[in-house]
Amino acid sequence: MITVYVPRDSAARSVGADEVALAITQEAARRNLPVQLVRNGSWGLFWLEPLVEVATPGGRRAYGPVTLADIPGLFDAHFLQGATHPLAQGYTQEIGYLKNQERLTFARVGLIDPLSLADYRAHEGLVGLQRALEMTPSAIVEAITTSGLRGRGGAAFPTGIKWRTVLNTQATQKYVVCNADEGDSGTFSDRMIMEDDPYTLIEGMIIAGLAVGATQGYLYLRCEYPDAWQVLNEAISTAYAAGVLGASVLGSGRHFDLEVRLGAGAYICGEETSLLESLEGRRGQIRFKPPLPAIAGLFGQPTAINNVISLATVPVILARGAEFYRDFGVGRSRGTLPIQLAGNLARGGLVEKAFGVRLDELLYEYGGGSASGRPLRTVQAGGPLGSYLPAAHFDTLVDYEAFAARGAMLGHGGLVAFDDTVNMASMARYAFEFCALESCGKCTPCRIGSTRGVEVIDRLLAARHKARELTLLNDLCETLQHGSLCALGGLTPLPVHSALRYFPEDFGLPPPDASAHGA
Amino acid sequence: MSDANTPQGTHPGWSDSVALALVQPIAARPGPLLPALHALQQCFGYVPAQAVQLLANELNLSRAEVHGVITFYDFFRTTPAGKCRVRICQAEACQAMGSAALTAHAKARLGIDFHQTTANGAVTLEPVYCLGNCACAPAMLMDDRLYGRLNAERFDALVSAEVAP
Ligand SMILES: Cc1cc2nc3c(=O)[nH]c(=O)nc-3n(C[C@H](O)[C@H](O)[C@H](O)COP(=O)(O)O)c2cc1C
Ligand code: SF4
Ligand code: FES
Ligand code: FES
Repeated sequence: MITVYVPRDSAARSVGADEVALAITQEAARRNLPVQLVRNGSWGLFWLEPLVEVATPGGRRAYGPVTLADIPGLFDAHFLQGATHPLAQGYTQEIGYLKNQERLTFARVGLIDPLSLADYRAHEGLVGLQRALEMTPSAIVEAITTSGLRGRGGAAFPTGIKWRTVLNTQATQKYVVCNADEGDSGTFSDRMIMEDDPYTLIEGMIIAGLAVGATQGYLYLRCEYPDAWQVLNEAISTAYAAGVLGASVLGSGRHFDLEVRLGAGAYICGEETSLLESLEGRRGQIRFKPPLPAIAGLFGQPTAINNVISLATVPVILARGAEFYRDFGVGRSRGTLPIQLAGNLARGGLVEKAFGVRLDELLYEYGGGSASGRPLRTVQAGGPLGSYLPAAHFDTLVDYEAFAARGAMLGHGGLVAFDDTVNMASMARYAFEFCALESCGKCTPCRIGSTRGVEVIDRLLAARHKARELTLLNDLCETLQHGSLCALGGLTPLPVHSALRYFPEDFGLPPPDASAHGA
Repeated sequence: MSDANTPQGTHPGWSDSVALALVQPIAARPGPLLPALHALQQCFGYVPAQAVQLLANELNLSRAEVHGVITFYDFFRTTPAGKCRVRICQAEACQAMGSAALTAHAKARLGIDFHQTTANGAVTLEPVYCLGNCACAPAMLMDDRLYGRLNAERFDALVSAEVAP
């Protein structure tokens, strides 16, 4: 029996993985060849999807991107024996893009069948949870603090400090909430964890529950992720059946329940207080802080709310030790970041690296430059509220502080690349449009100012004398920045301002002086 | 994509008893309104006006609260959609790979704008902001099925199966 892997990840399916899987099964049957098909997760080498792998004595060998038309030829060339073929990529583990990564959070992604708990256990799954069950809540929190883990949802707040607050707040009911709203364009690491290694996230949430004293978890999932919804629900039922979740976690007598809830297409519900409103069944409007969710969160109870990647990183920290994790990275950015290479890149995908990797290494050595073959002009980092970086800043290190020093933000680790055909005035206009579309309506600068922003940009582009419109735009940005309750209004000036500063020629303004780029 | 087992929008027309059977088991859960709306939309294809009173009664809310929630969230529809809901990503990574041209093509091909349904009731076209398929852009959802690396030809091939001429 020969094992063939074809990913079940929705991105792989979006470019034909299901059809390829079916055709391989049929062709094998026609040729009387004994093939066992495994639907694994995606390795995140998306330009090679659908990526087909064959288990050989020397390891898994990869072929991609495979189309239906390639399948008879692959069989003719004996790909089932790992033979060579124009689509052959060699041993999967030897593909440079993968080999040079430091995969801690994503260690199992691509490797295993996402829904097989046996596969999960065979690859270090549940080791972290076993450890946690032998520790006091305070010791678990201490380990997370020592690891240096900072929230991967965008704000980079130290996870250990947040958990300590929840642990120290007395209440009869506490909650763990997983923020799986992943609304930022250019990001898909949450989606991949949920579809391709869901037990890691479940394990991380249980450990969070043990650490802060919560017995109920909710996972708030955006409704744009139907595949993740299916996989998570299946994984959760399997985890209940195996006694991983429920009244006695792994027979410990400790209790943890977990339920997935669906969002309904509102970007703002990724902000934690808006998410909690939504979970409670209301409009997703931002709450005033304080109180912090850690003190009065879901249904008014102490709540540890964390991003998918933050939670999915907890098991490896417990399994390998806080120091092991902390020893990756630079400065105050410890550990690794699953970086998502997106937009106009030849090799888009997931690259998990220790903090400290340079942007241009990611864009050119991993990403292979633009997909279009034209020069890269800019990269938007950190989602729709993030800055556009000019090529002069491609030497920035992936590090929260290094990005901040350049007036940019790393956010959830998404990099969206654009070639030189991009019009930055229209990207700035889009930033305002998006803010207008997604505003929760609570504060005037965001609700009204965003629409004014679109109009001011239109007038700026049309005007011959631009000074007045520029002043208006600056004032508007300042009002948004200082008069908004949350980062949707507060950070929309970031993409606008960076577009204007580094690419004034797209607005019909004189080109930037050297100092703007040298900053 | 909901707790209900029925395929999307298969139930013909509103029925109080069907709706009650969906909502009542959810009512006891904490924060039941969004799950209840998802279940109703899954069953009827949209959230009909009659649902507002029913949800208000069953979940002990005011009609204004229920209405306010339905209108806040883009995913909930208050009118029926076409047989297939096609949602094309408009966010930055897809823009970088030609989503504007794809969208223009889709509108011309279907003869409709966003938030409209083709005259034969086959397709409703909507914008969506990121599908997590940003490395295979441009992307779209057809109901619950994700597609990537789209261009005009691939769009036509996928959608022509849905749109009877
Ligand atoms: C407008 C807005 C959208 C956000 N969207 C998300 C999101 O989709 N996913 C996420 O994890 N955090 C998002 N955040 C950040 C959350 O508010 C919060 O910081 C995060 O869930 C905390 O988890 P972490 O500490 O593990 O990162 C968003 C914040 C803002 C202001
Ligand atoms: S800035 Fe915008 S999204 Fe944030 S609270 Fe104010 S109105 Fe709501
Ligand atoms: S301050 Fe925002 S555009 Fe200038
Ligand atoms: S931006 Fe279109 S799928 Fe993410």
